[in-house]
Amino acid sequence: MSRRRAGEITRILAVARKDVLVEARSRANFAAVVAFSALVLVLFGFALGPDEAALTQAAAGVLWITVIFSSVLAFQRAYLLELEDGALDALLLYAGDRRSIFFGKVLGGLAFVFAVEIVVVPMAGVLYGLPVLSALGRLLPLLALGTVGIVALGTFYAGMASRVRAREVLLPLLLFPMLAPLVIAAVKGTHVALVGDPIAAGVNWVGLLAGFDAIFLAAAYLLFGAVVED
Amino acid sequence: MDLEVAAGESLALAGANGSGKTTLLRVAATLLRPTRGGGEVCGHDLVADADGARAHVGLLAHRSGLYEDLSPYQNLAFASRMLGLGAERRAIDAVLQRVALAAAAHERVRALSSGMRRRLALGRLLLAPPRLLLLDEPFASFDAGGLDLLESVVRETTAAGGSVLVATHDLARAGRVVDRTVWLERGRVVRPPADRRAVADVPRLVGR
Repeated sequence: MSRRRAGEITRILAVARKDVLVEARSRANFAAVVAFSALVLVLFGFALGPDEAALTQAAAGVLWITVIFSSVLAFQRAYLLELEDGALDALLLYAGDRRSIFFGKVLGGLAFVFAVEIVVVPMAGVLYGLPVLSALGRLLPLLALGTVGIVALGTFYAGMASRVRAREVLLPLLLFPMLAPLVIAAVKGTHVALVGDPIAAGVNWVGLLAGFDAIFLAAAYLLFGAVVED
Repeated sequence: MDLEVAAGESLALAGANGSGKTTLLRVAATLLRPTRGGGEVCGHDLVADADGARAHVGLLAHRSGLYEDLSPYQNLAFASRMLGLGAERRAIDAVLQRVALAAAAHERVRALSSGMRRRLALGRLLLAPPRLLLLDEPFASFDAGGLDLLESVVRETTAAGGSVLVATHDLARAGRVVDRTVWLERGRVVRPPADRRAVADVPRLVGR
């Protein structure tokens, strides 16, 4: 009589699949995040006024602000469902590397944020007059890598904050300062891709984002076991 | 504390609230790291080889550890994948039958009664029976059918050479399935109190 042990890839996919399934079954969270994102885009649009040039100049920044805010809601939700009825303890009791839980949650988070982006990016294109379709080839790697960095770091810090009572306050305080370099690179790169910028165009923003992603993922890989230890 | 549970043995942990019963179970389950001392599960050190120990442990805790937006079937399928069993429909259906939840297999867990949730939480342990079964106040919240099921699971575990550790105040119920009882007080094993009933009934008296 001995319990079996799943391979780490199986565990990663199981956690990701479960998180996606929970979101698909509840739906309310996704709808709320999309509504919130649309509201941010519209409000910034009104605040910047009808000046098309001003809208275009600010568009990349507004887009990433929307992505970050919606991502934070997704991270908090991802751990909240583990805390609802002691599910985190049950999750930690499965034999295997606990870092699989982190990578599973990152995959689940990516699915959620990418789904939000599928709605938000075209919406930003319409509201801010951006050439999203023609710039899609340049935009996609930036969106993908920027999102991976945000989700990796966000998932890590959300895990850290999950056992603290003031987790909703703590998560943005921990996350936003650490995300600043990545977000600056993502905004600059997106601005270059959508509008063009002769000064910033010489920088390899995609490479820079990939570098940040590698650092965030490596740090989380090394530290996540200690984060979930009681 | 010096405590050993032999293969094929079931043991009740008794004591007043705060005596360390749940803490001991959480240490044995590797959910808490002991501040001093240590322990082993099936030859695996609880600190140095926590993952090895975890592979042999199953815990039925106060809280169900279930995902409320998923169905019983989806909860068991997830557990099955995490245990490396795949999501074999026949095995999951068999467990759902055993815990009498086949009719509610695709309802949301949120909609189930507390007794049904407890049965589902127990069913999760039946997917891959552990060698060390840890039960924390298992007799609370179970309905009559669930209690019978729980008792049969305890007997099956010990009959198969596994061990069972039950933290409980309900010694009358536990007495039907455990081989012996150990009394705890402030994290230490102590001699049984003169009036056992008085200690065992504290939560029930408070609950009235």
